[in-house]
Amino acid sequence: MSNTVLTIANLHAELRAGRKTGPGILRNVSLTVHQGEMHGLVGESGAGKSMIARAILGILPRSILISDGSIDCLGRQMVGLADSDRRKILGRDISLIPQDPLTALNPARRIGAQMTDVMRLHLGWSRARAHDAALALLNEVHIRDAEAVLRRYPHELSGGMRQRVLIATAFACEPKLIIADEPTTALDVTVQKQILRLLREMQNRHGTAILLVTHDLGVVAKMCRSLSVIHSGMIVEQGEVSDIVTRPEHAFTRALFAATPRYDRPADALSPVPGEVVRELEEKAATFDRARAGLS
Amino acid sequence: MAEPAQQHRLSAGLARRLMGDWRVVVGGSIFAVLAILAIGASLIAAIDPLEQDLLLELLPPAWVDGAEPGMLLGTDSLGRDVFSRLVHGSRIALAVAVVAGVLTATLGTVLGLVAGYFGGLADSVISRLVDIWTSFPPVLLAIILVALLGTGLHSVIIAIVVIDWTRFCRVVRAEVMQQRRMDYVDSAVTIGLGRIAILFREILPNILPLVIVLLTLEMGIAVIVEAILSFVGLSLSSDTPTWGGMIAEGRQVIHQAWWVMSFPLLMVVVTVLGFNLLGDGLRATLDPTLRR
Repeated sequence: MSNTVLTIANLHAELRAGRKTGPGILRNVSLTVHQGEMHGLVGESGAGKSMIARAILGILPRSILISDGSIDCLGRQMVGLADSDRRKILGRDISLIPQDPLTALNPARRIGAQMTDVMRLHLGWSRARAHDAALALLNEVHIRDAEAVLRRYPHELSGGMRQRVLIATAFACEPKLIIADEPTTALDVTVQKQILRLLREMQNRHGTAILLVTHDLGVVAKMCRSLSVIHSGMIVEQGEVSDIVTRPEHAFTRALFAATPRYDRPADALSPVPGEVVRELEEKAATFDRARAGLS
Repeated sequence: MAEPAQQHRLSAGLARRLMGDWRVVVGGSIFAVLAILAIGASLIAAIDPLEQDLLLELLPPAWVDGAEPGMLLGTDSLGRDVFSRLVHGSRIALAVAVVAGVLTATLGTVLGLVAGYFGGLADSVISRLVDIWTSFPPVLLAIILVALLGTGLHSVIIAIVVIDWTRFCRVVRAEVMQQRRMDYVDSAVTIGLGRIAILFREILPNILPLVIVLLTLEMGIAVIVEAILSFVGLSLSSDTPTWGGMIAEGRQVIHQAWWVMSFPLLMVVVTVLGFNLLGDGLRATLDPTLRR
């Protein structure tokens, strides 16, 4: 477990407005993902967790600027990497399982064409060879009648099926790291569980490191070995899942656990994250921004 | 949630939907008849469209008193057979419609794709060009262009392409700007596809239905522009029968012989109507926003 796949160190990202930089989006984020492990990145919506995912992949919106820090992925510096070099890594060494399987597939192209693209591009395989590989991948994600599915268009498949296709595609080139950006948020609750189980199964088989971005602490507790909790663009707690579940250090993490629904407790036992905890974090973030503004 | 998986292949379903739209059927039929007329012109109209016979000038159509047998739609002021000229004129009309339509679509679409996807300087330059272009009165611009290039089929086609590419460019640009924000484009970036590949392999298939619809409408417009240029005598030399040329000649004898001008006019109207119907029908069946 000594080998790291991804090391993010002191990453800062800011909203850019003209020449001035605006409020911080990510503040001093550090995070390490080891080979073959599943690392959970948990936070509320707007906390910045998807921004971390996008920063790694280099698909941040133009208005957001990485002002400091580094993202080291398999020994390569991803911050400021030239597009042409980045293209060689994306899809091959790092791949993405997107949030919404309903929109992430191209509506005008057949499943087969979309699955084989990545293998033909990075592995230089022929159409026929990539087609066979796609068939095998679909079998791996338990899709029956794979041959017919490859000929279908996305709108002919259900949401769960499409997410299975996307998971299969993410594993196509045997990447070292997969970023799963809220892979089950857009799906039915019943399907969510199947998809998570599938993700776990695929990870065990391929030994791929996965950065699981989610707002669901319950999912992370079940799926991951290590986790980072993020709020207001800052990591508030980080460590082994087993430690954090039993002894959460930060008030925000405790509040998140209290807000996670559990079948063995009545629904009214749920409590929202207390306002003072959030305010304290926001104040800390604001102080941080002021300090940085003074620096530069 | 998503609709259940359909049993049929999309292509089979598409053919059925197209045949179920009356506009596609009527418009397509008009196009097909026109194509048959153009290809088999010399078989369908046995009389030479250029043969003059001053003894037979301004004969009325077959169902009017004083008609000559064999001259179905009568003759013009030089005694030439109107039916034969109409049939041969469809060659020029169709050639202009198809060639000018496809070239216009290609030029406008490529510029629209580039402007919409790359944005920035490329977009500014192309968009300003479109603004300037569309502020010229199109027919006058066509006349000036043909006057500069000299008459002939090439000039007519070039004039149409040069004038009408903005029609495609505008619509395609707007659509690409929408499409490039879609999640599937991000997905394509994250598998390492380059920008050109994304533009042509991911985005283009999504706007192709739109381009096809515009193309059919453009073919109708091309027929009209060719007729206008022929009418003002700037298209082809008078020894090639064109509908616009026939309308111009017929105008001079409209009081004695209504048929010389009316039939070519009718052909233009029916042809353009056919293309427009086809375009409307295709829009309803192919539009990706209506498809889901």
